[in-house]
Amino acid sequence: MIWSSFSEFISMGGYGLYVWGSFGVTALLMIMEVLQAARQHKSMRDSLRIQAASQEAEEDWP
Amino acid sequence: MKLHPNLFRFAAPQAFYGLAGRLWPVLAFLATLLGAWGLWLGLFVAPTDFQQGQAYRIIFVHVPASWMSMIIYLAMAFWALLGLTFNTRLSGMMNLALAPTGAMFAFLSLWSGALWGKPMWGTWWVWDARLTSELILFFLYLGFMGLTAAIDDPRRADKAGGLLALVGAINVPIIYFSVRWWNTLHQGSSVSVTKGSSMEPTMLWAMLLMAIAFWLYAIVMALYRIRTIILGREQHTHWAKLELHPEGFA
Repeated sequence: MIWSSFSEFISMGGYGLYVWGSFGVTALLMIMEVLQAARQHKSMRDSLRIQAASQEAEEDWP
Repeated sequence: MKLHPNLFRFAAPQAFYGLAGRLWPVLAFLATLLGAWGLWLGLFVAPTDFQQGQAYRIIFVHVPASWMSMIIYLAMAFWALLGLTFNTRLSGMMNLALAPTGAMFAFLSLWSGALWGKPMWGTWWVWDARLTSELILFFLYLGFMGLTAAIDDPRRADKAGGLLALVGAINVPIIYFSVRWWNTLHQGSSVSVTKGSSMEPTMLWAMLLMAIAFWLYAIVMALYRIRTIILGREQHTHWAKLELHPEGFA
């Protein structure tokens, strides 16, 4: 551990904005990508299920 | 030509769907573990740089993101070559799955580079060879995604996208060697295959761990996304219907 206090860690020797701007946006984009991929997978499954169900209903029609 | 049956079994979308589903959670766990270790070393253990102070810590996201933006594009060119020569269906889907993550890393490379350039060079951006060729890489990713999204027929979209991925790959060595070929504000590489590393060992380890974590992350995202794509394209097959309705399907 090289830091003696939390505020020293946050300020990054005066470069806090640049360092945390890099790490923060990287983390943010990764989290957003994961959430988006999960949402896409779910919506794909849901729409295919609905499609299959409506096809079945059509076939059941006399 | 006799191809190895076990390996090529996974060239079939159905088999790969299952394989990807089993692989990604394991790799995601590894990526998280190595990423946390890399962040710990990079933010809490690695010493202050004697020239750049704490600002150098941007390297721990900048270099891995830049490497991945190039590696993913080369991977896409590889799959494109495979897809165009052997007409394998999975290759095109692989590229669709890889491109968004590649674009994200190219953007992050430019973003973290700008945030590093401002305090060190006094400017967010210069039109020099390294920065401009990386910007072109970002546009190539966007172009690939736009092109494949604009063509309705999936197989034709795969072929058009594959051509773009192949032709655009020429840009990757240009990015890599740009700091040697031209005068540039961008510093030369701190790690080289031929000359080894000029970095302090803790810094080097933190950067390599982050790079491996980012690499695993990219693989996880591609494996996860390709399952969505496979499911969409194979929706009319029996196995896909079984996958969606495990409780039974007439």
